[in-house]
Amino acid sequence: MSNDSIVVDGVTKNFTLRYHRTIKQITIAALRRQQISDTFPAVDDVTFSVEQGESVGLMGLNGSGKSTLLKLINGVMRPDAGKVQTRGRIAGLIATGAGFHPQLTGRENVFLNAAILGMSEAETNRKFDQIVEFADIGRFLETPVGHYSSGMFSRLGFAVAVHTESDIFLIDEVLAVGDRPFKKKCMARMEEIRKEGRTMFYVSHAAASVRKMCERVLVLEKGRLVFDGDVDEGIRYLQYDDDDNESVEEEDLDEELGADI
Amino acid sequence: MSTQSEHQPATSAANGASADGSVGQPVRVVDAPLAAPFSSAGLVDVFRRRYLLRLLVRKEISARYQGSLLGLLWSYVQPLVRFCMYFFVIGLVLGLHKNVPNFAIHMFSALVAVHYFTETFSNGTRSIVRNRSLVRKMAMPREMFPVSSCIVSAINSFPQLLILFVACVAVGWSPDAEAILAGILGIAIVTVLGVALALLFSAMNVFFRDFQNIVATFQLFTHWIVPMIYPYSKLAESSLGSGWFYYLYMSNPLTVAVLLVERCFWVPTALGQGTDPKIPADQSQVGFPVMPDHLMSLGWFMLFASLVILVLCQLAFRRLEGKFAERL
Ligand SMILES: Nc1ncnc2c1ncn2[C@@H]1O[C@H](COP(=O)(O)OP(=O)(O)OP(=O)(O)O)[C@@H](O)[C@H]1O
Ligand SMILES: [Mg+2]
Repeated sequence: MSNDSIVVDGVTKNFTLRYHRTIKQITIAALRRQQISDTFPAVDDVTFSVEQGESVGLMGLNGSGKSTLLKLINGVMRPDAGKVQTRGRIAGLIATGAGFHPQLTGRENVFLNAAILGMSEAETNRKFDQIVEFADIGRFLETPVGHYSSGMFSRLGFAVAVHTESDIFLIDEVLAVGDRPFKKKCMARMEEIRKEGRTMFYVSHAAASVRKMCERVLVLEKGRLVFDGDVDEGIRYLQYDDDDNESVEEEDLDEELGADI
Repeated sequence: MSTQSEHQPATSAANGASADGSVGQPVRVVDAPLAAPFSSAGLVDVFRRRYLLRLLVRKEISARYQGSLLGLLWSYVQPLVRFCMYFFVIGLVLGLHKNVPNFAIHMFSALVAVHYFTETFSNGTRSIVRNRSLVRKMAMPREMFPVSSCIVSAINSFPQLLILFVACVAVGWSPDAEAILAGILGIAIVTVLGVALALLFSAMNVFFRDFQNIVATFQLFTHWIVPMIYPYSKLAESSLGSGWFYYLYMSNPLTVAVLLVERCFWVPTALGQGTDPKIPADQSQVGFPVMPDHLMSLGWFMLFASLVILVLCQLAFRRLEGKFAERL
């Protein structure tokens, strides 16, 4: 039996750019024979598979389709062509921030979020204290998350995701807004998750943290998968490592912290 | 099948060397099939994940009246004001229900059904857009949102039903078995039809927010196209009471549902109003609560038709759902 955890087979996702939204705009555009809309592939014929327990770094420039690929893997979006298959429960955070409802309090959101991720009431109750302790947002737990700072928002989201019994764990640059102690805590926790043999999919622009967390790197370029293989080679491919002098210190700092950019 | 249904993942982590040989790494054997990450069972999945549904219902109830002093009471103010207004204008000013026994019950029973329907329809239509923060980020059966809107409307309508019940008992309600069955059938039609339309319009509303305005406009009609502020007999006697208009009128499932609910609450109270309570045969008697022939069979047919509509709307929803996350 194969031990595939994520199989992505010839997946394409097209997005529509809409130039015109109202009937008036559409009519005028049609009369002038302008294009009404334009589609482009945000993820273009991507094929790869990930084995259970592998930890994969996904890198690429802004807008190269990393978040989109993650959304396809976790089932928020459907591919226009090709097939995505996963094994087991998926948890994680996509595009900085959890799926929280801004009107609900932190506590209510923890329960709702956990339920969406597939946790039962008993399971959530059992883990609730751990989640709250990990997020460490104090009395703000009882205020609506709409009033949270962006750091607090992603702390809580990360805390829920990280305490879910999942087989696949997706992280999309959530660490970007966390403060230093929290980043450290997150990296430690991610290390643990990795040791538990869960599949990890890590999106980051920070070469240092990818080097630390991952054993394989995928590189996207305008939606195409252009590199799949060794971490150091992948980072070299992206030319993320030709540090000019000023960024060397930063990189070192990041290295030691294992931080995200 | 959903890969994220509410059970413990069947996972076991055994210690040992992993496939690529790195020592000390446990091999996690996931005892689940390789499957698409999104659920494809639609409404079936919604009822499989009842805990999540319960949380969403609770969430919607608390979110709907957040920051308002009267809170849930507001869901009574509107129907009450509407009831009083209709009663005043139609009854006391126009005097249109002189010959209708227990007109207040007639109107209120219809109003409860119609209000339940319009609440489900309009709140359901906006439900996906309102929950966009969840829809954009989390994988879940999106049918959850319109369905939870329907449940919230049902919860809000229940006390109205209770008031109606008390009022009916007060004026001498003694329903026969058919009345009870008619009531259940009527509510079932409203529920199925409300959820079906909420599904379809909530999905379309993601693409064009015009749809929530279309629904709001449509609601202006709902009170007039069902026999609520006028009795069925008025329509049947009128110049429109025969021919194509009549058939068009009766082919509206909501009309039939309202008639069924009236059959349940109003007819048994009105029957006792005649000189002799035991003479339902004389339909020409003034004030006799006239209902269409074969109302029950019509009701069953409409329930079936609503279920067909529900299936079609669910299929449409499935097709549109693939693009929700990117359009919100
Ligand atoms: N809902 C949407 N509608 C239309 N285009 C979109 C939508 N979401 C993303 N895109 C486009 O798809 C492309 C890929 O976006 P994506 O968010 O996947 O990039 P990314 O690799 O995650 O970038 P970053 O490093 O900045 O996070 C971008 O060009 C973006 O503009
Ligand atoms: Mg991104």
